[in-house]
Amino acid sequence: MAKHVPSSDVDAVMAAALDAARQLGVSDASVRVETIRAQVVALRDGALETSSDDTEDGVGLRVVHDGSIGFAATADVSVDAAARLAHQAVGAAKVVAAVRRRPLELAAEPGHGTVSWSSSYRTDPTAVPMAEKVARLAEWSRRLLGQKGIDHVTAHVRAVSESKHYADLQGTVATQRRVRVHPSVEAVALDPQGGFEAMRTCAPPVGRGWEYLDGEGWDWDTELDELPELLAEKLASPSVDAGRYDLVIDPTNLWLTIHESIGHATELDRALGYEAAYAGTSFATPDKLGTLRYGSPIMHVTGDRTAEHGLASVAIDDEGVAAQSFDLVKDGLLVGYQLDRATASAAGYDRSNGCAFADSPLHVPIQRMANVSLQPAPSEGPTTAELIAGVERGIFVVGDKSWSIDMQRYNFQFTGQRFFRITAGRLDGQLRDVAYQGTTTEFWGSMEAVGGRSTYLLAGAFNCGKGQPGQVAPVSHGAPSALVRNVNVLNARAEGGR
Amino acid sequence: MTGSQPGLAPPADVVEAGLGAARCAGCVVVVEDTSEAEVRFAVNTTTTNGIRRARRVTVASVAEVDGGLGVGVATRSGAVDVTDLVRAAESQAYSAPVADDASPLLGGVVDAEFGATPPETDLSVLSGVLSGLSAVFERAERARTVLAGFASHTVATTHLGTSAGLRRRHVQPTGAAQMVARTSDGANSAWVGVGTRDFADVASEALEDELVRRLGWASRRVDVDAGRHTVVLPPSAVADLMVYVAGSAGGQDAEDGRTVFSKPGGGTRIGEQLSSLAFELRSDPAEPGIECAPFLTVTASSAEASVFDNGLALDRTSWLRDGRLEHLQYHRAGAVRHGAQVAAPGDNLVLELAGAQGTTADLVARTEHGLLVTCLWYIRVVDPATLLLTGLTRDGVYLIEDGEVTGTVTNFRFNESPVDLLARTTDVGATVRTLGREFGDYVNRTAMPALRVDDFNMSSVSPAS
Repeated sequence: MAKHVPSSDVDAVMAAALDAARQLGVSDASVRVETIRAQVVALRDGALETSSDDTEDGVGLRVVHDGSIGFAATADVSVDAAARLAHQAVGAAKVVAAVRRRPLELAAEPGHGTVSWSSSYRTDPTAVPMAEKVARLAEWSRRLLGQKGIDHVTAHVRAVSESKHYADLQGTVATQRRVRVHPSVEAVALDPQGGFEAMRTCAPPVGRGWEYLDGEGWDWDTELDELPELLAEKLASPSVDAGRYDLVIDPTNLWLTIHESIGHATELDRALGYEAAYAGTSFATPDKLGTLRYGSPIMHVTGDRTAEHGLASVAIDDEGVAAQSFDLVKDGLLVGYQLDRATASAAGYDRSNGCAFADSPLHVPIQRMANVSLQPAPSEGPTTAELIAGVERGIFVVGDKSWSIDMQRYNFQFTGQRFFRITAGRLDGQLRDVAYQGTTTEFWGSMEAVGGRSTYLLAGAFNCGKGQPGQVAPVSHGAPSALVRNVNVLNARAEGGR
Repeated sequence: MTGSQPGLAPPADVVEAGLGAARCAGCVVVVEDTSEAEVRFAVNTTTTNGIRRARRVTVASVAEVDGGLGVGVATRSGAVDVTDLVRAAESQAYSAPVADDASPLLGGVVDAEFGATPPETDLSVLSGVLSGLSAVFERAERARTVLAGFASHTVATTHLGTSAGLRRRHVQPTGAAQMVARTSDGANSAWVGVGTRDFADVASEALEDELVRRLGWASRRVDVDAGRHTVVLPPSAVADLMVYVAGSAGGQDAEDGRTVFSKPGGGTRIGEQLSSLAFELRSDPAEPGIECAPFLTVTASSAEASVFDNGLALDRTSWLRDGRLEHLQYHRAGAVRHGAQVAAPGDNLVLELAGAQGTTADLVARTEHGLLVTCLWYIRVVDPATLLLTGLTRDGVYLIEDGEVTGTVTNFRFNESPVDLLARTTDVGATVRTLGREFGDYVNRTAMPALRVDDFNMSSVSPAS
């Protein structure tokens, strides 16, 4: 159903926008023509509940005119509309020029000529018929609903394909295509005493095609087979005693801790105060670059927009900057930030490292998160079982659930899908009502070991929110299993006064 | 606020063309035209801005399939070939399973202005804010404070038609202005935000005055430990909590035993007293100052709302009444299935205690000892069975002693259920329009009172400032 605008028309639309902008005297201009198809299918207890198939077309033009940014966009992808956008964007720049205190500068980026790039996938998940999606989720639901102790099952799949055309005055003309998919299944067991327990699959969203649901990149059969017994065990498990525990954290949980406490904290726009009104700032301010002890010496965190199947991976970002990889934390020290061209210039960097993104052709690009990943131990490194073997009294945390962190990225609290008690180096049944709280540098400073490459998983999310108006970005985070000592564990029921 | 989108067909014509092209048992066409203008600022200067024109066309097609009715839904933006879109939706409908939410499509109402051109907005609507902003930045720099904020205005026009004859049109203006001031050392901050229809009632100087007043409270810093405290929550913070109460009011989820409104052993808690205070939590399209669409628009079915119910007339719906759980959200088919009343999610939210009087300042004056918590942030569900939420305080927590604000205290992480909190409320102010600090960008139309709540669980201290 989603018909892409013919490339000859796209070229004409982009040329019309840039030509008109040039004639209006802009110092910088970039235009994006995009088609984004997003689908959601959701089943409740095997019956179809939600089905949507939404294709967004649009063209957005950003200009810099006399030191001010102006942005205008329309869903009307036509030559006439694109030319009008130039006048609207320059008009917007003139309006804010009367208000601004300082002219805006963008870090320079060379032109990259004509670029064509596609993410790595076999079958576009949005091209799979909706009936086939419903059938797959129905089959998965039936497998669980037939199991003893499972009262309800919800199953979802979200599928997105993006076709993005970009051109700027530096001479970069890029055509990029990305797909991503996120299936998930949650089983619910009602507690005869009141309340319930739920358990969701831990399979992360990925930059892959429909082949992901066929087992390429995740063992769905094994996880679905294990879910009923794990949920029954969780329902019967004791409530955790609050206190200090050593945690072995699986990458299916640790990715979110990385996202919140490192990913957002090392965004330079936050560190400079550009997000102070909404998403927040960062404790990791530029004056601490190179000196802030972020975590233990084994901590090595990278940013990249290049990882295969990464949700933030591209070839060219939404400001025409080529994708890169870079260090954020090395040997436990803060050594880098994620940049766009405006923040790079403001902080004295020669060049952006390519972290600009807009979630829609109708939104202005802002600095968004790269794939921010904790690197595994060099060489073989320990397995998860070996990390667990090093714990006398602790908890093995698997899967993400609830998350929250303050606006400077110090104080966080996370829950998870499965919590296994560790006694004398062995798993010893599950626990309920576990939440762990920490302060970023203290937590990462207590990380004693990371697992080897065999424990590494690229997880992530479709829905990282930031900016005003709000934008939602997909992002991946690679993580190994990790051992963190002496973490504050809460009993969530007790926190609720029960 | 005038205009139309050049290059795009009139929305009423798109609706008629879509319905005219339909070949199966039923069809709904929704055209949503949106015009937006916004300016963002930070570090005492403007940063980004935008002017946008969008159109989304959604077609829901209903087809007879083996055993009942199937539905297919397709949405496309821009200059849409609506016949193509209808065919895509019909193709999905014919291959869909029987829809659990099927009900007869609605007809019978034709709005007189259905053929009117959608109005638009532009940056001129923000002139009242922008005109004073440069001087506000200058004064902030002199006072060694750093300002950041956002002003936005949206006009969204919905045209909705069904093959049963319904033709509805609604124009929804939505505006908001927010401003944060931080001292240059980063030690203190304050936030103000207002919702508006047209910015006629918003001036940057007024926002600045309130920020200056709040930063003035921070001249004395007091150490307060985590633990359970009496708190005064202004309307903005109450709004961010009540959004979760309304968002957890899904009838099907409650019937399935999965929410705070599920009754142990089965069924729902409708009729149960949740607070000894006679609170009403309601959505009402006619609520003065926060009026919203008097009919339902649904572009994808969910557990609470069905595409079959497009055009359903909305009226005042009390989620809580006299402190009792009154309604949960059911679409028509779900209501029949569970013997419940139809209740659709609303586009505004009001919490009120009849007869309650006073502003946040009045509640502070009526409080012997406690904390004034101006903003809540990063609020997320920890336990849906109790609606236990976690989150942080932000941009100003102040000590109240003998009815006065006497200093600033640290930020905290809290773990609290807003349902439990209504049962521990000890003082309530008058309901006023407000903008939630966290969710105001998404739930703009709220009216809330200030509340004083005992034993609010501040779980730990946050060093953030």
